[in-house]
Amino acid sequence: MFKAEINVTLRKSILDPKGKAAREALHQLGYHAIQDVRIGKYIELFVDAASETEAEQIARESCEKLLANEVMEDFVITLTKTN
Amino acid sequence: MPTFGVIVFPGSNCDHDAYHALKHIMGVDTRFIFHKETDLGKVDGIVVPGGFSYGDYLRSGAIARFSPVMQAVSDFAAKGGPVIGICNGFQILLESGLLPGAMLHNEQLRFTCKQVYLKTEAFDTPFTSAIPKDTLLHIPVAHGEGNYYADETTLAQLEDQNQIVFRYVDADGNPTRESNPNGAVGNIAGICNAARNVVGMMPHPERAMETLLGSADGKYVFESVLQSF
Repeated sequence: MFKAEINVTLRKSILDPKGKAAREALHQLGYHAIQDVRIGKYIELFVDAASETEAEQIARESCEKLLANEVMEDFVITLTKTN
Repeated sequence: MPTFGVIVFPGSNCDHDAYHALKHIMGVDTRFIFHKETDLGKVDGIVVPGGFSYGDYLRSGAIARFSPVMQAVSDFAAKGGPVIGICNGFQILLESGLLPGAMLHNEQLRFTCKQVYLKTEAFDTPFTSAIPKDTLLHIPVAHGEGNYYADETTLAQLEDQNQIVFRYVDADGNPTRESNPNGAVGNIAGICNAARNVVGMMPHPERAMETLLGSADGKYVFESVLQSF
């Protein structure tokens, strides 16, 4: 069994209105050191696969077909073996 | 007489408005087509209506595109059948790849519900051919994710092939920043595919069908498609 942790974020070139609103609020709180905020999605997949390669492939296809929209989003997959 | 199909997903909420517009105002045979259908039956045109299909989980339209009925809609579109996606319907057509680009959250982060002016820039689609050339459409928008986005290559292609169907403009017809309700690139409110039979638009023509209720400009969209048969 593998756990695939997926981070989906808006592409760097795209304005993130939610991140911008959060940054403004953080500045209101006095955290002026925070230069930028980008907000994305965190997804966990629990994959029953024979190998890490197979689990990675399943997770990648899931992102490409459904979990991320590559027109506007990037994704990063981190795999760990679980019991 | 032509027959129209209005697709119904769990969470659609403009399906009845579209049905009313076609059936009772335009007087066309119209029926609902449930998302689980794999066959559209005999139809001459399809409306993918607005709402919050599948609760807009993950992304607007992302789950709806995998509904059984969407394969049938894609096949219908591939054969040249006229398809219009309105609001969430537009988002579904983008997720399906029937139209290029994607929808971001509105720039100002608010759900925006108001009347806007639209300038028609492509009159050679089945949904715009009867719109008078010098008339701006005054119809409502109601969405939280209508900030149209496409990369520069796609945008250039849309411009080159005259696929930008509607832009948000002010009352004088100028695409100003103030007249843009969501931050959409190039004030884009609606586009069509390269074959021109699939149109997606964020504003709601089906909610602007009766003068008594504020505007009847939406009728031009449906008159266009009826004249195209």
